[in-house]
Amino acid sequence: MIHSLFLINSSGDIFLEKHWKSVVSRSVCDYFFEAQERATEAENVPPVISTPHHYLLSVYRHKIFFVAVIQTEVPPLFVIEFLHRVVDTFQDYFGVCSEPVIKDNVVVVYEVLEEMLDNGFPLATESNILKELIKPPTILRTVVNTITGSTNVGDQLPTGQLSVVPWRRTGVKYTNNEAYFDVIEEIDAIIDKSGSTVTAEIQGVIDACVKLTGMPDLTLSFVNPRLLDDVSFHPCVRFKRWESERMLSFIPPDGNFHLLSYHVSAQNLVAIPVYVKHNISFRDSSSLGRFEITVGPKQTMGKTIEGVTVSSQMPRGVLSMNLTPSQGTHTFDPVTKMLSWDVGKINPQKLPSLKGTMSLQAGASKPDENPTINLQFKIQQLAISGLKVNRLDMYGEKYKPFKGIKYMTKAGKFQVRT
Amino acid sequence: MTDSKYFTTTKKGEIFELKAELNSDKKEKKKEAVKKVIASMTVGKDVSALFPDVVNCMQTDNLELKKLVYLYLMNYAKSQPDMAIMAVNTFVKDCEDPNPLIRALAVRTMGCIRVDKITEYLCEPLRKCLKDEDPYVRKTAAVCVAKLHDINAQLVEDQGFLDTLKDLISDSNPMVVANAVAALSEIAESHPSSNLLDLNPQSINKLLTALNECTEWGQIFILDCLANYTPKDDREAQSICERVTPRLSHANSAVVLSAVKVLMKFMEMLSKDLDYYGTLLKKLAPPLVTLLSAEPELQYVALRNINLIVQKRPEILKHEMKVFFVKYNDPIYVKLEKLDIMIRLASQANIAQVLAELKEYATEVDVDFVRKAVRAIGRCAIKVEQSAERCVSTLLDLIQTKVNYVVQEAIVVIKDIFRKYPNKYESVIATLCENLDSLDEPEARAAMIWIVGEYAERIDNADELLESFLEGFHDESTQVQLQLLTAIVKLFLKKPTETQELVQQVLSLATQDSDNPDLRDRGYIYWRLLSTDPVAAKEVVLAEKPLISEETDLIEPTLLDELICYIGTLASVYHKPPNAFVEGGRGVVHKSLPPRTASSESTESPETAPAGAPPGEQLDVIPTQGDLLGDLLNLDLGPPVSGPPLATSSVQMGAVDLLGSGLDSLIGASNFVSPPAAAVPANLGAPMGSGLSDLFDLTSGVGTLSGSYVAPKAVWLPAMKAKGLEISGTFTRQVGSISMDLQLTNKALQVMTDFAIQFNRNSFGLAPAAPLQVHAPLSPNQTVEISLPLNTVGSVMKMEPLNNLQVAVKNNIDVFYFSTLYPLHILFVEDGKMDRQMFLATWKDIPNENEAQFQIRDCPLNAEAVSSRLQSSNIFTIAKRNVEGQDMLYQSLKLTNGIWVLAELRIQPGNPSFMLSLKCRAPEVSQHVSQAYETILKN
Repeated sequence: MIHSLFLINSSGDIFLEKHWKSVVSRSVCDYFFEAQERATEAENVPPVISTPHHYLLSVYRHKIFFVAVIQTEVPPLFVIEFLHRVVDTFQDYFGVCSEPVIKDNVVVVYEVLEEMLDNGFPLATESNILKELIKPPTILRTVVNTITGSTNVGDQLPTGQLSVVPWRRTGVKYTNNEAYFDVIEEIDAIIDKSGSTVTAEIQGVIDACVKLTGMPDLTLSFVNPRLLDDVSFHPCVRFKRWESERMLSFIPPDGNFHLLSYHVSAQNLVAIPVYVKHNISFRDSSSLGRFEITVGPKQTMGKTIEGVTVSSQMPRGVLSMNLTPSQGTHTFDPVTKMLSWDVGKINPQKLPSLKGTMSLQAGASKPDENPTINLQFKIQQLAISGLKVNRLDMYGEKYKPFKGIKYMTKAGKFQVRT
Repeated sequence: MTDSKYFTTTKKGEIFELKAELNSDKKEKKKEAVKKVIASMTVGKDVSALFPDVVNCMQTDNLELKKLVYLYLMNYAKSQPDMAIMAVNTFVKDCEDPNPLIRALAVRTMGCIRVDKITEYLCEPLRKCLKDEDPYVRKTAAVCVAKLHDINAQLVEDQGFLDTLKDLISDSNPMVVANAVAALSEIAESHPSSNLLDLNPQSINKLLTALNECTEWGQIFILDCLANYTPKDDREAQSICERVTPRLSHANSAVVLSAVKVLMKFMEMLSKDLDYYGTLLKKLAPPLVTLLSAEPELQYVALRNINLIVQKRPEILKHEMKVFFVKYNDPIYVKLEKLDIMIRLASQANIAQVLAELKEYATEVDVDFVRKAVRAIGRCAIKVEQSAERCVSTLLDLIQTKVNYVVQEAIVVIKDIFRKYPNKYESVIATLCENLDSLDEPEARAAMIWIVGEYAERIDNADELLESFLEGFHDESTQVQLQLLTAIVKLFLKKPTETQELVQQVLSLATQDSDNPDLRDRGYIYWRLLSTDPVAAKEVVLAEKPLISEETDLIEPTLLDELICYIGTLASVYHKPPNAFVEGGRGVVHKSLPPRTASSESTESPETAPAGAPPGEQLDVIPTQGDLLGDLLNLDLGPPVSGPPLATSSVQMGAVDLLGSGLDSLIGASNFVSPPAAAVPANLGAPMGSGLSDLFDLTSGVGTLSGSYVAPKAVWLPAMKAKGLEISGTFTRQVGSISMDLQLTNKALQVMTDFAIQFNRNSFGLAPAAPLQVHAPLSPNQTVEISLPLNTVGSVMKMEPLNNLQVAVKNNIDVFYFSTLYPLHILFVEDGKMDRQMFLATWKDIPNENEAQFQIRDCPLNAEAVSSRLQSSNIFTIAKRNVEGQDMLYQSLKLTNGIWVLAELRIQPGNPSFMLSLKCRAPEVSQHVSQAYETILKN
C-alpha cells in the first residue's frame, strides 16, 4: 500500500512529506529528480519510476509533483487515483492547491492526509466526510477558535461513514431547497490540414449542486439516453435502474459533486462547431514566412461561440512575428515560441482573422515541422452531442425544490494541424 | 492567521522555547506549541528531542491536541522506544473510551508505533476492538492487524488474529469486509503459502454482496481478491462476471481496471459460442476507451494494460483505432504507448488512416517520438502486406527530408521490409546508398551494410561502399563489425574475382586484430568455410533466410497469460511477472488463467477441449536489437533445415570438423589457448537448441525400463598398483541414468577409509553425480559393491580414444589413477527415436564421406531379435525393409550431448555377418558406436 507521500515544487524542493508506515528517507526522491532531469518538461516525467527498493508514482498538478512511494505490488491506478483525490481535497479545502497555500495550512494538510489513509489503506476520501472530521479553515472559524479555544477537529463520528449512503450526512437543512445540474461537454478533436476531421469525441460530465433538506431521492431522465456510449457514475447512482430504464436514480450527496461522466465516441458523428482557415508557409529562399488564420462558426445550432483563444507552438526557427488581428489581442513569446491570440466572440458576419509575417533566423533552413493550432472556445446553452435532460423528479420529501439545468459546450483538446 | 507562522521561529533556542511552551499550563499555548512541532516535523526537521514533553500532552480531552500528539508519536516512537512505553497506558485507556472515534483513533495509532516492546501490550486492546460493536472501530482494527503483522508476524499468528480477521470477511458491514480483505491480501503477500484467502463459493458470494455497497477503494481490494479465485465451471464464472460488470461504470479508474482484470480472467472459462461471451466483449470496450480521456498519468497505466489486452483479445478494441491517435500535447510517455497500440490494431481496414497519422507524427518535434513513428511505418508494411508499397514510398519521402535521425530510422526499417518481401522493393537501394554518409548510428550503419551485402550483385560499387566502411573498422561498434564481416563474405561469394583482397583484409581484421570473441569466432568460421569448401560456404552464407513474421514485439503467450492475471498492477505496467522485480521476490505466486471447464451438460466441443493450454503458436519475431547478432549468426550458419535436431547436428559437424583438423594451426598462430576450444562441441551445441534440453531429458529419465547391456566387471586397477586396493567395475545404464558399478577389494593388511572419486574431463562430460559412499571402513580382505551414479554435465574435453575415462580414487593411504574405456551405449538416450521423415531428410543431408561401414561377424540372431535387443539399449529401429532377401533395419540413436547417429543394418538370413553403415555428423563417434553394436549384439 502507499508508504509515503512527498510534495515537490517545480524547482525541486521537497516541501512536505508524510509517512503512513515506517519513515522512508527523502533521499528516495533523488531517483525522481533524475527522471525529472531527463524529461525536459515537467509534464513528461514518467508517472511510474522504479528504484532498487521502492516504486515512485507521481502526478503533476498545479505545478506540484505529488510523489507516492510504494514498496510492494499495488495497483498503480489506485495510487494515482488517490493522489488525484488528494489534490481535489486540497482544492476543496483551501480553494486553490498551491505551494504557499499548503505551507500556510500545513497542520490541516497533515491532519487531512492522516484521515485519508491508514497504513496506506484509504480511510475517508469523500470530501463530505473529511469536512466533518476536520473542518476546513475559514477566517471566521479561525477567529472563533482563537477566542473560544475550540478546535477545527470534529469530535463526532461522521454520520455518513457507515450508513448505506456514506456520501450524505444526515440532518441536512436548507431554507431554499434547490438542485442545479450543469451538463458540460468537451470536444476532443483533431482536424487535419484540409479541414476534415481525423478524430472527434465528446467527454461529457454532469456536475450537480444539490442543496436539499432531508433525504431526497431524485430521478433524472434523458430525452435521448442512447447517445451515451460509456458512462461512469458517482457511487450514489443506482446502476440497476440505469441498466433497465436508462434513468438516473440517486440520493444525492450534499453540495457539489460529479453526478455522471460520459463519453460519446468517435463512432458517432460528432458535430464540429468551428473551423479554422490557415495559411502558414515558409519559403526556401526568404527568411520571411506568411501567416494567416481565420476562425469561423460551423455547426453551432444558432448559438454564439465565445471565449475563443487560439494558440500555437511555432517552430524553433521563428524569431519574431508581425501580425495584425481583426479583433482581440495576440502575443508571441520569442523564448517559448508560443503564439496566442485571444479572440473573444465570433461574429458570423465579420470573421476574426490574424494576418502577417514571421521572420526566421537569418540563414536558418525552412523548419521541418508544421505548427499545430490549439483552439479553446465555449458555447453556452448547447450540448453538442444533443443530449437533453427530460425531467427531474424528487421522492421522499414533501417540499418542492427549485430545479435548474444548464448546458455548455467547450473545447477540450481541440487541435488543427497545418 | 495561517500555519506558516509555525515555521518562523528559527532561532537558536527554538527547541528550548518549544519545550517551555509544551510544558505550559495554558491549553492554548500547549496546542500552539504542538502545532509548531508538527510543522517542523513535516518539513523534515528533527524534533525528536521533545519526545517526553509532547507525550505529556497526550492525556487530554481535546481531540485535536490528541490527534496531533498521535501524529508526533507515530513519527518518532521508533527512535525513542523507551519513552514510547509511556504512551501505552493512554492507548489502553483510549481503547475503552465511549466515543468510537477515539477508540478507532487509538487502535489506529497503536499499530503505527513500530516498537517491538510495545506491540505485546497492544494485543488485548486490539482483540477487543476487533469485536467492537461499532463497525467503524472494527474496520480500523482490521487494518491494525495488517500493521502488527508487518512488525511482528509471529505474534499475530500466535494470538490468533488471523482467524479473527478471516471471520470479519463475513461481517455484516461491507466496509469492514473490504478492509478485512485488504488486510488479508497484504498479509498473504508476505506469506504466499499460508492460504489465508481461502475462497469458496460461499465467501465469494459474500464478497460480491459487499462489492456493491463498500467504498470505491474497498471495491478495488475485493475485485483484486476475486481475481485470484478460480470458479469451478463456466456457469459460476459467468455469474461472477455478471455481478462484476456494473463496476465497469465506476468513476474510479482503478475500480474499472480491476473489474476488467476479473472479466478478462474469467472470460477464459467461457465458451466462445455463448451469447454472453459476445455481450461481455462488447461491454469491455467503452470503459477502456473512457480511461483514455482521463489525466495523462492514468492514461499511461491504462495504455500499458490495453497493450496487453489488445494482444490477448484484439477483437475488443479493433474498431477503436481513432482513440489512440496522438494529440500533439500528450506527454511523451503517452504518445509512445499510443503508437505501440496503433500498430497492434493496424489492419487492412484501417491502414490508410494509420499511415496518414504516422506520416504526420514523423514531422513532429520530439525526436524519440519521430523515431518510433518512422519505425512504426515499417512495422505496418510488414504487418499489412497490401500497404507495403505505400509504406515504402512514405519512407522514401521521409528519407528525402534528409533529417538525420529520420533517415537512419527509415533505413533500419527498410532492411526489415526487404527481409519480409525479398526481391520486391530493391529499386529503392539507390536512394538509400545516397544517404550512406549521413549514417552515424550503429544500428543504421549495420542495416545499411546488411542491405549492401545482401544485394551486392545489384549494386555496382558494393565493394567500394563496403571498403569505405572498412577503413574505420576498429572504431565501429561490434554490431557494425559483425555485419561488415558477413557482408564482405557475401560480397566475396557473389563476386569472387574482384574482392579477394577485401575479404582477406576483413578476415584478418576480425581474427587477428580484434579482441572481441564473437567477431573472432565468426571470422574463423568464415575463414575455415571459405578455405575448405567454397561451395558449402555459399550454401551456408547465402542460404535463403526464413521470412520474418508480421507481428513484432509480441509478448510470449505464457507470459502474456500470466500478465493478464496481473492487469492493473505494477507487473502490467512493466510487462514483467512480479517475481522479476518485486522486492526480494517475496511471496509471489505464479498466476495463470483458469482452464476452461464446462459445466456438466455442455458438450465437449473442440473449443473447450484444449483446457488450460493457451494457444502456443510459435512465431518468428523480428529480433530486437540485442538479439540481432546472435540471430544472424544462427541464420548464416544453419542451412534452412526444419526441425531442431538437424540444426543442432549441423552446427555440431561444423564445430567438430573445425577442431578435428585444420584449425589447430590457426589457433596456435593466434595464441589461442586450446582447452577451452576443445570444449566447444558441447558448448556450441547447447545454445543452438536441443543439446542442452537433451541433457535435461536424460536426467529426468524416460519411463521405459530399458535395461541396456551390462558388461561383466573387469579389473580396472590391480591391487599391486594401488597399495592393495583393487578396483573392478563396469558401466550400466538403467531408466535413463548412468552409473558406474564398482567393486572395491582391500588386499592390503590395513583398514582403508576416506574414499573419494574424481573424473578427469572427458569427451562426453561424464562426472559423478554423487560422492563415492563407502559407509564402513574397508577391513583387510573385505569387498564392497558400490553403484556410483553419473551424469553428463561435467566439463568436456575431447579424449583419445573418444571413450577414454581417467579416474582418480583416493583413500586414506594414497591417491590412485587409472583409466578405462566406457562402452558408448551407456550414452544412448531414451528419446533417440527419430521421426521417419526426419530420418530420411537427415540421412540425405549428411554427406557421404561421413558414412562408415562396419562388419559385425558371428552373430546368429535374426532381424526381430536384433532390433529388440538393440532397442533395450536405446538403439531404435525406425523402419524395416526386405530387399532381395536381405533385412534392412534403419535405426537411430542419440548421444547425451545431442549427437544423432543414423544406422543401416543389413542382415542376410543364414549369414551370421551383418553389415552396419553409420552416418553421423561427427564421424569420430561411428567407430565407437559400431563397437557398442557389437557388444550389445554378441552378449
